[in-house]
Amino acid sequence: MEIEGQVRIPSGCAIAAAISREGCGMPGSIVSEAMRPMHERSNGLGGGFAGYGIYPEYRDFYALHMFFDCRDTRKTCEAFLKESFELVQSELIPTRKIPSITGEPIIWRYFVSPLPSVLKSLQLDEKEFVARTVMRINAGMDGAFVFSSGKNMGAFKAVGYPEDVGEFYCLEEYSGYAWTAHGRYPTNTPGWWGGAHPFTLLDWSVVHNGEISSYDANRRYMEMFGYKCTLQTDTEVITYMMDYLLRVQGLTLEEAASVIAAPFWSTIDCKTDTADREKHVFLRKMFPSLLVTGPFSIVLGFTGGLMALNDRLKLRSMVVGEKDDRVFIASEEAAIRVMEPDAENIWAPAGGQPVIIRVKEGAY
Amino acid sequence: METINIEGLGYREINEKLRGTPGCRLAGCRGQRFIGAGMGHGALIIDGVPGNALGAYLNGGSITVMGNAQDAVGDTMNAGEIIVHGSIGDAAGYAMRGGRILVKGDAGYRAGIHMKAYEDKVPAMVIGGSAGSFLGEYQAGGIIIVLAISGGRPVGNFPCTGMHGGKMLIRGDCGDIVFPDQVTARPAEKGDLEAVSEHIRDFCETFGYSMDEILKSPFTIITPDSKNPYKQMYVMN
Repeated sequence: MEIEGQVRIPSGCAIAAAISREGCGMPGSIVSEAMRPMHERSNGLGGGFAGYGIYPEYRDFYALHMFFDCRDTRKTCEAFLKESFELVQSELIPTRKIPSITGEPIIWRYFVSPLPSVLKSLQLDEKEFVARTVMRINAGMDGAFVFSSGKNMGAFKAVGYPEDVGEFYCLEEYSGYAWTAHGRYPTNTPGWWGGAHPFTLLDWSVVHNGEISSYDANRRYMEMFGYKCTLQTDTEVITYMMDYLLRVQGLTLEEAASVIAAPFWSTIDCKTDTADREKHVFLRKMFPSLLVTGPFSIVLGFTGGLMALNDRLKLRSMVVGEKDDRVFIASEEAAIRVMEPDAENIWAPAGGQPVIIRVKEGAY
Repeated sequence: METINIEGLGYREINEKLRGTPGCRLAGCRGQRFIGAGMGHGALIIDGVPGNALGAYLNGGSITVMGNAQDAVGDTMNAGEIIVHGSIGDAAGYAMRGGRILVKGDAGYRAGIHMKAYEDKVPAMVIGGSAGSFLGEYQAGGIIIVLAISGGRPVGNFPCTGMHGGKMLIRGDCGDIVFPDQVTARPAEKGDLEAVSEHIRDFCETFGYSMDEILKSPFTIITPDSKNPYKQMYVMN
């Protein structure tokens, strides 16, 4: 079988997300059911989810969700992990056999913590070391792939329609304060389990509807900082860009949004708030290679919140609604109505206008 | 009027049912695409949220949506009328060349993109609220009217980009809106408003507004500037 990176097929996709500002748990099925009315936006070649707050009992450990092609690969990878991590739990991720999902790899999860002695000798902080380990496995270990590596969160993805993928992973049994979902219609790559969305690194996850034209420019820039794009899919590089801007560079979410969906120079020139104008000029000059062009609507998941963002030309649809403490985001209003029939304040954010929703402090 | 429940039905089954009825009300509507596509007559009333491409290739009759509609409403429609009591998503009236779309609320990005006209066919779109960016992008014919009844900025950025036909009327003086060099924006005169009064009147009657109130504000009319055509933008021609 040809996998991502071996062939390029010249995206419509579907995204949905839900979050409780009070930090209340919701079953993962809330977003997988929301994908049903958007069935035609996917073609059965990929579906996936990210849930936040799903592993409270292991909240201090990195949850590594992994695909392995065979048992030997898993053994090799496990030995490699044990060199630098404490493994507190190692288990199959529970799945349900259903006719619509076939050809699954070995789907495993580890709850791990980097050994303090290793961090000390490498003089690296914990997150940087985990990120480097993920890069090392994904780029260098044939048959092994880390598809989720954050704390108290996890991604679940497969080849299939998203509503089937949700059933496959028994998402109704997980409870999270935030969920994102994606239905894939791959346009450039053949569709492999690892290539389904969300793309994650540490606790960042990105679901993306669109097809960015700046992929190679963005990828070349990110590779300078050790990020290895192994899948040739545009969403992967967006995830690494967000990690770089937010974790490494320390930008705020709003600033990162202004980098990747930078306003046009003509729009910046029209800004009457001088400080705001100068900030946008600075960000465009500082990170010109991280401008993302082409259509995208994304939802970025992170510990304690979600950020939705459209490309500056708004070449993809995205709708936001709310009800009580819950906020819903989807490619179509119909999906929001599935999650909450009485959703209020339905609105469509403008291109480049980030919508940031945070769970209240202490509730996640 | 007959009510048809379309919950769980695919677009093909829905449209087959619609063809067999002179008019009906749809219940259980939640994202089903292509409703009323190519419909030539009859009246359709929709409760719930219809999916994308509602009334695509509409060729007559009327579709009334009691709430919001999604993207690409009236894509390439040729005749008939679509009335939306809520707001509409992006690319409403994409390449329409006849008929009319009335929207009580807001329109998303690119409303009226590539709208055109042909002989006696002059499509019209009236937006009661505000329109997103790229309103009337590549407009080649027809009439787009934005009333901005609830106040605020009537249109986002880059309206009329590539416009080369038809006309647009925006309620307000548009002082802070930048139009491209290839179009002319000027205060609308009495004759300009009279030429489109039929559409504004029908809008007011449909949604219960006072036409006199709406016409109290100044309007801006935008048309292509034939003295400054598009040339040498990409190649020396």
